[in-house]
Amino acid sequence: MSANLSAILYLVSGVLFILALRGLSSPETSRQGNLFGITGMVIAVTVTFLSVGNFSSGFIYVLIFLSIGGCIGAFIAYRIPMTAMPELVAGFHSLVGLAAVFVAISAFINPDAFGLGTPGNIKLASLIEMAIGAAVGAITFSGSVIAFLKLQGIMSGAPITFKGQHLLNALILILILFLTFYLCSTQSSNLFWTLIAVSFLIGFLIIIPIGGADMPVVISMLNSYSGWAAAGIGFTLENTALIITGALVGSSGAILSYIMCKGMNRSFFNVILGGFGATDQSIKGKSKEQRPVKSGNADDAAFLMKNASSVIIVPGYGMAVAQAQHALREMVDTLKKNDIKVSYAIHPVAGRMPGHMNVLLAEANVPYDEVFELEEINNDFANADVAFVIGANDVTNPVAKTDPQSPIYGMPVLDVEKCKSVLFVKRSLSPGYAGIDNDLFYKENTLMLFADAKKMTEDITKNL
Amino acid sequence: MEIDPFIFRLSIFILSIFVGYYVVWSVTPSLHTPLMSVTNAISSVIIVGAIIAALSNNDGAIFSSSSIYGFLAIILAAVNIFGGFLVTQRMLAMYKKKKKDK
Repeated sequence: MSANLSAILYLVSGVLFILALRGLSSPETSRQGNLFGITGMVIAVTVTFLSVGNFSSGFIYVLIFLSIGGCIGAFIAYRIPMTAMPELVAGFHSLVGLAAVFVAISAFINPDAFGLGTPGNIKLASLIEMAIGAAVGAITFSGSVIAFLKLQGIMSGAPITFKGQHLLNALILILILFLTFYLCSTQSSNLFWTLIAVSFLIGFLIIIPIGGADMPVVISMLNSYSGWAAAGIGFTLENTALIITGALVGSSGAILSYIMCKGMNRSFFNVILGGFGATDQSIKGKSKEQRPVKSGNADDAAFLMKNASSVIIVPGYGMAVAQAQHALREMVDTLKKNDIKVSYAIHPVAGRMPGHMNVLLAEANVPYDEVFELEEINNDFANADVAFVIGANDVTNPVAKTDPQSPIYGMPVLDVEKCKSVLFVKRSLSPGYAGIDNDLFYKENTLMLFADAKKMTEDITKNL
Repeated sequence: MEIDPFIFRLSIFILSIFVGYYVVWSVTPSLHTPLMSVTNAISSVIIVGAIIAALSNNDGAIFSSSSIYGFLAIILAAVNIFGGFLVTQRMLAMYKKKKKDK
């Protein structure tokens, strides 16, 4: 296949990827968008086969390895529960990162095959691109592995901090720049391996100080990195499809990180430097005083809801942990039968990844036009009778609006307290991720329901 | 003086960042999770590099120090491509509108 024709076809697949993302602007067009994405991928892979034009026994092996990976991927995709999506996405990011590292290594060892020169005499520009691709890929890999372990609960979600952490990270980043510079002047393979090893290390060190509830930012950031790694490799291979895709994914992840940071009213650097939550433990201990709370049972909750005309449900990460989304839908079905208007309010950082709650509600067959974002629904709380908070905490804390001393001051929160009554499902009075007490617990109109989210929801349904 | 082809690739790159910027801002927040899984899948187009790496041997041997990395990368990217697109498909199939009869 001529180089020009394949370049044009790579461009076509890049455009199809753009359309795939464009489709996600509404659920109706999204399925078609995904098909565009698949078509783009098929074109890119086919063109690569045709342009390499090597259909010897090696080709058979490529197909075999391709199907092995494909089967594993398909198996995971069908088996994974929706509550585990954050882990899955983190895991997938690590694979993109590692694949980028492998391609860069292969190009470094055998630059002839890629038309980049000979070993020890690689074109300068290609070497720089290769080094960037490998370093960013390695950071993506080790960072995503840590994110995966934290989300999966294998590693504690608590931030891990130590003295001199930021200084160490800064030194390592400078070291990476130096290694890249010397690699370019000496072409030494030892430096190349060191560069990769050090990049693995920094990826690991960057993610460990970041706590569990900041994971939405971390996942989006790693999403972005995986894109930049792909773009770096795309420059090395002089491949348009990869360059376009890398840029798309890179900017997509960056925008998501931005949206998540805004949802917490924290700067990106504040999140990345980490340690949030852990540092606030001391504050929590000081201000701990006994305040009266009203607590109730499923019967009380059912009574309140039965007499309401509109109910707003506020789901959070606790709903995912308790797998309560189906029980919740059943409760809402019963409410709707009694002509009670029900809607869902989703905070941008609810859950462990962007859009996490929306997927879980969709899984439980909740129509997406009953689910609203913070800005769309926040004014409705004042007119609603009951707010049902299930598994959310910090995102409902009125302190964010009233107390400038609070670590979450200025964070956009759902105006849950404006409802006539608030039902708060929670296992105990323990503070949320930010380590601060939720003022909502002690409000006159709040009824605490101390129980597992799923069990409580089921009990309420029985009592309705 | 002739323009280095690198400049053309850089132009494509920069313009794609802008395209990505505008396209992603128009994605509805409720689809942010599928957005992440689909960007994951498409970034695995890195498989084209893996295939070139795997088929890079001229001397008849299938596995060499450089092609073995290609084959490993093929597996990783394939897991991602199939896994990413299928799980996105599965998620998107769940997003339904309110039934009219209710």
